[in-house]
Amino acid sequence: MTELLLLKDIDEPGLNTLPVYERRGGYESLKRALAMPREEVLQNLLDSGLRGRGGAGFAMGKKASFLPKGSMDKYLVCNADESEPGTFKDRELMQKSPHMLIEGMIIAAWAADINRSFIYIRGEYAQQAAILDAAIEEARAAGYLGERILGSEHSLSLVLHRGAGAYICGEETGLLDSLEGKRGNPRLKPPFPANQGLYQGPTLINNVETLATVPHIIRLGGEQYAKLGTETSTGTKLVSVSGDVQRPGNYEIELGVPAREIVYGLAGGPLPGREIKLWFPGGSSSPVLTPAELDLPYDFDSMAKAGSMLGSGAIIVVDDTASVVDVTTKLATFYAHESCGKCTPCREGTNWTVKMLKRIDAGEATPMDLDIIASVQQQIIGNCLCVLGDAMAMPVGSLVAKFRDEFEAHIERRRAEAGLGAPLAEAVA
Amino acid sequence: MEATRAAQSRSREAGGREPRSERGPGSPAELTSVARFEHGSRIPGWDDAVDLWKDPASIPDPAVVDVPADLRATIEAAMARYPDFRSAAIPALHAAQELHGWCSPAAIEQVACVMRLTPGYLTAVATFYDMLETRPVGRHAVYVCTNISCSLRGADALLDAVRAAAGDDPDFNVRGFECLGACDIAPMASVDGVYVGPLELADAERLVADVRAGGEVLADKQLIRRPCADPRAAGDGGAAGGAAPGKASAPGAEGSP
Repeated sequence: MTELLLLKDIDEPGLNTLPVYERRGGYESLKRALAMPREEVLQNLLDSGLRGRGGAGFAMGKKASFLPKGSMDKYLVCNADESEPGTFKDRELMQKSPHMLIEGMIIAAWAADINRSFIYIRGEYAQQAAILDAAIEEARAAGYLGERILGSEHSLSLVLHRGAGAYICGEETGLLDSLEGKRGNPRLKPPFPANQGLYQGPTLINNVETLATVPHIIRLGGEQYAKLGTETSTGTKLVSVSGDVQRPGNYEIELGVPAREIVYGLAGGPLPGREIKLWFPGGSSSPVLTPAELDLPYDFDSMAKAGSMLGSGAIIVVDDTASVVDVTTKLATFYAHESCGKCTPCREGTNWTVKMLKRIDAGEATPMDLDIIASVQQQIIGNCLCVLGDAMAMPVGSLVAKFRDEFEAHIERRRAEAGLGAPLAEAVA
Repeated sequence: MEATRAAQSRSREAGGREPRSERGPGSPAELTSVARFEHGSRIPGWDDAVDLWKDPASIPDPAVVDVPADLRATIEAAMARYPDFRSAAIPALHAAQELHGWCSPAAIEQVACVMRLTPGYLTAVATFYDMLETRPVGRHAVYVCTNISCSLRGADALLDAVRAAAGDDPDFNVRGFECLGACDIAPMASVDGVYVGPLELADAERLVADVRAGGEVLADKQLIRRPCADPRAAGDGGAAGGAAPGKASAPGAEGSP
């Protein structure tokens, strides 16, 4: 692939302002979309095969088609609460090309017959929120937002809403509660947001990158877009590479390229003299993979087949100087802190996991504790309203399973340091 | 316990293939942990007897609560933006916090008075979110990301360095924070909403000095001026600040599968 879609000219000075964006062909897709019947726009989204870029990877067009037809209060919510550790692609898009997101939202709202939209941006992104706010104001003044957009029968209002620092508000139903002015506790599904979401109305929720891709789908045509990538993972994807690599940052790839080309080719591979020990293919919630698995194609299905997931497209590379126990403890501590506390398996499971990992570091654990850690993870998965607990249980479970030797060596070493070294065999028995 | 710590620090001094992170159990480098009360519950006084005769906290009387005009205007404008006025709870609390420095009982009461909600409802909301402070804090928020990508690059030591540089200055609120979404500039910090990175330990002093001086914080390390890492993203106009390394020899990594 030679052509970039999302990152093309992203560093052009002033791209965040309307005149430069329009000079670059901005809002042309919107004009095309508004000239089509909305069913045709939706068909393009379906044809494109675009899968959600926020983590779950659900087909975007299908999700839009689930919304009930007819005139009622329907809502489009852009999930810009980007807080999955390792992910920072939406930040770059919103900061440098906010109009691409706004254009995508107007088109998506047209396709799904929606008149009210919101962007829920995480509270920490203060600078990005200011840029987006200015862009929304420009778009409104130019007639791209408001009543009867560009003389068509489409009307749309757009409100930017800043969160206040909670990972769980990236979960779609937690986000809806937070947007309604409550604590961001996830809701029981079903009913799914497509039927009963924001203010009890049908709601379409999409990630920033998903919506920012929409103008490109209209420009290329759904079928043409589907030719990019692989058959079941179409299009291009932003990948946030971070951790122990030489050139961390956002890269746009065509789905299906070997992960090795991303980590070594684009991000420059590990620092000199170091080896990759493990990598997270889709944010810290994804089960870890080994260096050998870097040869797999980077797409939704290949990652799922390898027992992990593409998630938000955030590759975190960990090299051989890092301690697996430290990485696991960091991870578990984060999820324990972010658990909203609604479901017991998640609230207490994350808490116990942290306690057990700290016992390892304090030299008070035995290898038997690893089995208990693994079993706690199994008790969390699938037993909560949302997947926050699973998001800890899956990577922790995979770390303990794949690096058991290192965990055991760490336990032995810490026990020896604490003066408990010798009678380990008895302790286990 | 003392012996354990001493043994641990001895082994670290001994060198060998020790993990980089110096984080030990209970070290201050962690996220502020969720408070736990009796029997490990998250709710204070959960097993105390309930006072059945106590009146529920009511919506404050506008006649007796003095709300600054600016704050009232901000909250009312926020309420008007949503189909349901309750959606303005977080923007309103943000505004009140900006004015009072934290979500103090007085701040909550003022928001409750304008929004016609109970202080209890707003306190429940404020305690849920990390950026809403429910205890008095310094007015300059310095969040140091201590999540995976940043900690792999030395965030824990950075947090300690920033804490040391700020000392006991009551103007500073230095916190270890969840992933701030800027792993490309790891290790990084958010200083009153401005992202800076990648930071070295020596930058901690400069960061604190810049905040005290009131000007731009680490102007050369601000994320907002950083070009995209993808070498092919530099536009015709040329990226301000130059492209990422490797631009000249853009790797042909993009072959179609």
